[in-house]
Order: sequence, then C-alpha cells, then structure tokens
Amino acid sequence: MSETPEEPLGPRRVIGTPSTAPKAVDTQAESSRPAFSAEPEDLKHAKNAERLVAALFVLAFLAGCGFIAAFIGIEVGQNTIPKGANAVVAATRSNFALGTCLSIALLALGAGSIIWVRQLTPNIEIAEERHDLNSAPEDRAAFKRDFAEGAAISQITRRPLVRRTMLLATAPLALAPLVLLRDLGPLPQTDLRHTVWRKGLRAVTLGGLRPLRPSDISTPGSLITVIPEGYQSDDDALAKAGVILIKFAPGELHIPTNHDGGAVVSTMNWTIDNIVAYSKICTHVGCPVALYEQTTHHILCPCHQSTFDAANGANVIFGPAARALPQLPLMLTSAGFIAAASDFTQPVGPSFWERG
Amino acid sequence: MSSIISRRRHPAAGYAAVAGGLVVAGVLYGTFSGGGASAASSTQDSTQVAQGHSLFLQSCASCHGVDAQGTAQAPSLIGAGAAAVDFQMSTGRMPAKDLAAENDRKPQTEFTQAQIYDIAAWVASLGGGPSIPSSSDVSTAKANTALGSELFSTNCAQCHGFAGAGGALTYGKTAPSLNASTPTQIYEAMLTGPEAMPVFGDGTITPSEKRDIIAYITATRTEANPGGFSLGRTGTVTEGLLGWLGGLGFLVLIAMWLTAKRKDHVKAESEHHS
Repeated sequence: MSETPEEPLGPRRVIGTPSTAPKAVDTQAESSRPAFSAEPEDLKHAKNAERLVAALFVLAFLAGCGFIAAFIGIEVGQNTIPKGANAVVAATRSNFALGTCLSIALLALGAGSIIWVRQLTPNIEIAEERHDLNSAPEDRAAFKRDFAEGAAISQITRRPLVRRTMLLATAPLALAPLVLLRDLGPLPQTDLRHTVWRKGLRAVTLGGLRPLRPSDISTPGSLITVIPEGYQSDDDALAKAGVILIKFAPGELHIPTNHDGGAVVSTMNWTIDNIVAYSKICTHVGCPVALYEQTTHHILCPCHQSTFDAANGANVIFGPAARALPQLPLMLTSAGFIAAASDFTQPVGPSFWERG
Repeated sequence: MSSIISRRRHPAAGYAAVAGGLVVAGVLYGTFSGGGASAASSTQDSTQVAQGHSLFLQSCASCHGVDAQGTAQAPSLIGAGAAAVDFQMSTGRMPAKDLAAENDRKPQTEFTQAQIYDIAAWVASLGGGPSIPSSSDVSTAKANTALGSELFSTNCAQCHGFAGAGGALTYGKTAPSLNASTPTQIYEAMLTGPEAMPVFGDGTITPSEKRDIIAYITATRTEANPGGFSLGRTGTVTEGLLGWLGGLGFLVLIAMWLTAKRKDHVKAESEHHS
C-alpha cells in the first residue's frame, strides 16, 4: 500500500461526500487509521470494471422503465382487455412482463453495486473495537442519585394516599384489554361436541339436494356425500355436518364399533342395508375426507394421508389422525328415506383441548 | 402328465373350433354392418353376442374364466354390465398388460369399437349391469356447467383434482387424469366404478347431473391454463418451489463470494507479512 497522502478525486466536491478539507478536531483520530490510496493499482482493470458497472446500471434503468411501461401498457381488467381475450392469459402475460422487468432491474442494480464495491473501491481493513456494554461507574452513580432525588421531589413515598389511588386508577385500564379480547367472538359453547344432525333429519345429496332411499345406493362400492336437509346455506352447520354414505356388499362390512363416552359399542344397528355413514371431516385437522377406494375400503385424507378403514369402523390404519371417523347412526323415515337416528355420539373433526 | 394335458386341452380345443368359425362369421358380419352399429340397438343382437363370446374366449377368458365367472387373478364379470366392458376396453385398460390393482390408460386399444361392443353385448347377456350410454345420454347441450362444477368438487375433485388432472391414492395407486376421457367414458366410469373408484349410480348422481359433470370436465379443458408446469392447473407452483429452494442456495453462494477475499489481496498480504 502506497504512502501518498489523500488527494481530492475530482475538481468539484460531490454532494454527500465528506469535505476534503481536513478537520482540526479529527486529525488525531484520522492519523491512527491506515492511509490508503483512492487510485487503483491497475488502471485498465478499473476502467473495465467502471464500464461494466455503468452498463449494468443502464440495464437496470431500462428494465425499470420497462416495468412502468408494462404496468401501464398491458391491460388485465375484465373490461379493458380486448374483446375475446382471456383474462387469465392477460394476467399471466402481465405478471410475466412485470416480473421479468423487476427481476432484471434489481439484479442488475445489485450486481453493479457488488462489482463497484469489489473492483473499484480500495481494499482496506478496518478494525472495529468492542467495548463493554455497561455504563461507567460514575454514570451509574449519577443515575441512582437522580432517580432518588426525583422520587423525593415527587413525594410518592411520602404521600401513600396519592400513590395508592393512582394505582387504583390505572388498574381498570390495565384490565380493559381482557374484556375487549374476550368480546372478539362468542365462545363455542357445546358446538364443538354437537352437529345439527338429529333424529329423523333426512340426508340430502350435496349439489342436487335430493333425499335418498336405500335403493338409490344399491350398487356395492357406491359413495355419496350428503348434508342435513335444510342446512345447505348454513356454512357453520355444513362445516361439521358433512357425511359420506358408503354401500358395502353383504359380508364386506365387519362389525363396526364406535366409542361412546369411553365405552366401545357395536354400531351394527346404525347401518341400513349395508349402508354406513361416516363424518366427512378428518379427525386430524379437519380436511374433507372422501378419497374412497372401493377395492380396499380405504378412506384417504388428501391433506396428510391419514387413512381410515371404512369396513372396520373407519379406524385409522395410517397417518397422523389419532381417532376413527365418527359414525352417524342411520334410520329410515316412514316414507323410506335415509335419515339420522341421532346426532354423532362423539365430537367430529379435529381434537380440541377439553375434548378428553 | 398326459392325463392333465388331455384334460386341459379338451375343452379349449372345442372352443377353439367354435371360435374359428365365429371369427369367420364375425369378419363377414363386420364387412356387412360397416362397423358403425350403435350400442343401444345392437346389444340385443344375438349374432353380436355370439361374436363377443368368441372374442372373449380368445382374449379375456384366460383371466376372467371361460364363463366370465372370475378366477383368483381377475374378478367375475357376471353382472358387470356392458358399460364396464366398454369403459375398460375403450380406454385400453383391458386386456390388462399385467396383473395389478390398477391399469393405466393406453393410447391405442387392441380392439375396434365394434369388437368392444360385441364383447360388451356378450357380458351384458350374462345378466345385469349398466348398459352403454347413448350419445344423447352424454350430450352436454343443455347441461348446467356451474352445477357440474359444484358436483365435481363435492364428489370427484378429492381424487381427480379440481381440474381433473388426477392425483395420488393409497399404496402407490393413482386416480387418472380425465383430460383424455371421452364423455361416454366419464359417464361409464361414474356408472360402474372402475378399479378403486366408487360407484356413482343414477340414484346418487342422476343422469342429468352426470351430464353437468361431463360439461364441467370438458369446459375446464378449454379454459386458459395459468401457466408454468401446471401441476393440475395450480399455476407456477412447481417452478416457484424450485426457485425458492434453488434461489436460496444460490444466494448463500453469492454471500460467500461477497465476503471472500480477493486472491491478489491475499497474495499481497502474505508478501507484506513475510
């Protein structure tokens, strides 16, 4: 490293750069720093690097202009795109142009800056000393003194009546967020344990809203998603009440059991004519489960691959779900339609804290 | 040994003789009928049934049994119906290339459509099962595509994906893409529940609703794709993930390069110290 003193780079001082005139105060500190030359060692190399940096910055400028032009120029609105054009295609084109321009602009700006720093600025090593984080002993003593003085002046220690009523005044304000947060929504009450299914409520197809007779699901291997009749517009109810009906061939269905308040009960009388109803809500995190394979009787959840055996009470045979899909007891109405014999005997959907 | 051979050969030889004669009859029939026989009118045809039987003995009986009663390798076809035969054979799934839980769609079938109708007619004559839907059964002219979309997302999308691109099932099985399926094949699949697919009979999804679903599937194909490697029309998710993972790795390399010392400086320093 050469020992030549620092010289001004150009004829005029550039705005934002430090003054070249030495400051009297800083002389001592500056003198401890290693002197460096602003003049590069390899002039030709530096000139090439300068041109490269400039070219990258110009590219970034052009790409930035291109971004603005693409934003203004490419129409995406349903009403502004040309007649017959597709809104999805227009949005795809616009996204591609905007993304490409912005990527090039930021990349060229970044690359130019890096080359600038690495190729043009002088390579100097700067040691930055670390100091203790705690204050000097005299500063700490002064703070203690000031604090004690302030406390004495405010008379907070001398006048307990004022102090205590002030604390009393702030207590309700501190508790206010609790009631505000509590009011964000109603508590679920018993909604987590119950659905809208009840005795005699008919099951209707989702979409067609038709009630079903057992003869409508006569082919073994049939599957259909049903909802409680009359609740097709009640999203809160539908979120938990979705049910799949599965028809088995005679003998395929093993004696299904279900957990009713801890006791394992046979659910053979919950089925009608080998038609079984299970909750469509996965017991893991509540995705709809309806990937039913009629060859293996597996019900697969598409979210995390929990697999339930429909022929064995929808017990879990694979995946993160911990509990079998709850089974809905079925009955026939007097007109011969499939209906619920009661609500589910256990909570549907994911487990929750107080479920037990 | 010779007794086994004679026992095995005895019925097959008889059938082969019958089959040979029937093939000749079939060729004659094919030239006269022009191969354009409509399914609905021809399933009752006794010539077609006989011809289908001979084709069955040649190509299907080795797995499904000579009376279609099923074997350890393949299920019984009694009661399977004409629609199931037409679906399995027109998609090229049958004859199966090996004994697996599921078979892939083949671009070409080994049989002409007329031959498939013949075999379907014979299987239907064994009794029961849904028949092949007519062209008016699968016509989407007056279909409600919006209702079809709702029905598709309720009953089909969990396996086939919301745009019918297919998806994974358990133990390596897959739900196929619906992009190459004809309206008739979609209708037949719902009716018969091929392989692991559940049955969606006319009691649960009415013929009108089936046409709505077909209308949705076919309409989706002509919709603009949001681009990228698609992944079932989800857009540029695959390359986005690659961009994230690859891009982050690249940025780590860039950071290492930024903080690395320039070679000439390392050299100059070592000279300075020595």
